[in-house]
Amino acid sequence: MGGLQIPLEHVLLLASCLFSCGLAGLMLRRNLIFMLMSLEVMLNSAALAFVAAGARWGQPDGQIIFLFILSIAAAEVAVGLGLVLQIQRRFKTLDMDQANRLRG
Amino acid sequence: MMESLFYGASAVALLATVAALTRANAAHALIYLIVSLLAVAVLFFLMGAPFAAALEIVVYAGAIMVLFVFVIMMLNLGEAGNSREREWLAPRKWIVPGILAGILLLELVLAVRHAPASTSGIEVPPKMVGLTLFGPYVLAVEIASMLLLAGLVGAYHIGRRFIVRRDFSRPGDNS
Repeated sequence: MGGLQIPLEHVLLLASCLFSCGLAGLMLRRNLIFMLMSLEVMLNSAALAFVAAGARWGQPDGQIIFLFILSIAAAEVAVGLGLVLQIQRRFKTLDMDQANRLRG
Repeated sequence: MMESLFYGASAVALLATVAALTRANAAHALIYLIVSLLAVAVLFFLMGAPFAAALEIVVYAGAIMVLFVFVIMMLNLGEAGNSREREWLAPRKWIVPGILAGILLLELVLAVRHAPASTSGIEVPPKMVGLTLFGPYVLAVEIASMLLLAGLVGAYHIGRRFIVRRDFSRPGDNS
C-alpha cells in the first residue's frame, strides 16, 4: 500500500506536542531515568518531523536522517545508562539535586 | 478510514507520552513509553515510510527500551523512590516548566499553522533508502559508525567499575 495524504501541519503539530511534553518532563523530573526518557521522547519527535518532511516530497532523505537520529539515541542511551549505574552506586540515589557537584 | 487510523495513532502516541512522563513508577512509565513508540511506528507506516517504521519497532521499542528495562531491574528502586517521585509530581511544581513548555508549543503551533501542504502519499521503499544511504550519504554513515564506537567505548569505561564490583567482589577492594 502507498502512503496517506495527510496535511503536513497535523504531523508537525503532533511532533511539536510530543517535543513540548519531553521538554516539560526534562525540566520537571529530577530522577535521572525519567530525564533520559524525556530525551528519548524529544529525539523521537524530531525524527517524526524528519520522516514527515521526507514523506512530503516523497524522497528517502527524511528516513535517512531518522536512521542517524536512531544511532545518536542509541549512543546517548548507552552512555547515559552507564552514568545512571555509577551515580546510583556512588550516591545511593538517582535524585539530580543530590548529585550536582560533579565530584566522585 | 485510513486517515482516522492516523489520528487515532496520534492520540495514542500523545496520551501514552503524557502518561509515561507523569508516572511515579519507572517500570510503568517505560511500558507507556513503549506504547508511544509503537504508535509513532504506526504513523511512520501510514506516511509511507515502512523501513523507518520497522526500525522504530526493532531498535527504539526493542533494543533501547530493553536497555532501560535492564537498568531499572538492576537498580531495584522500590517504594522509597516512588514516594519521593510522587512528592515531586505535586501540581505546584508543574507550573513553571508547564508554562515554559506551553509557550514553546504555542510558538511552534503558530509557526506551522499555515503550511499548505500534505504528505505526498508516495511510499518510499527500503531499496530507495538503502541506495541513497550508501550513495550521497556514505560519509555520514562512516561518522555514525564512529559515533557508535565512541558510545560503546564510553559506556564500557563508565560502567567498568560497576561490572568489576558485580563480578569479582574481592574483599578490601572498595574502589
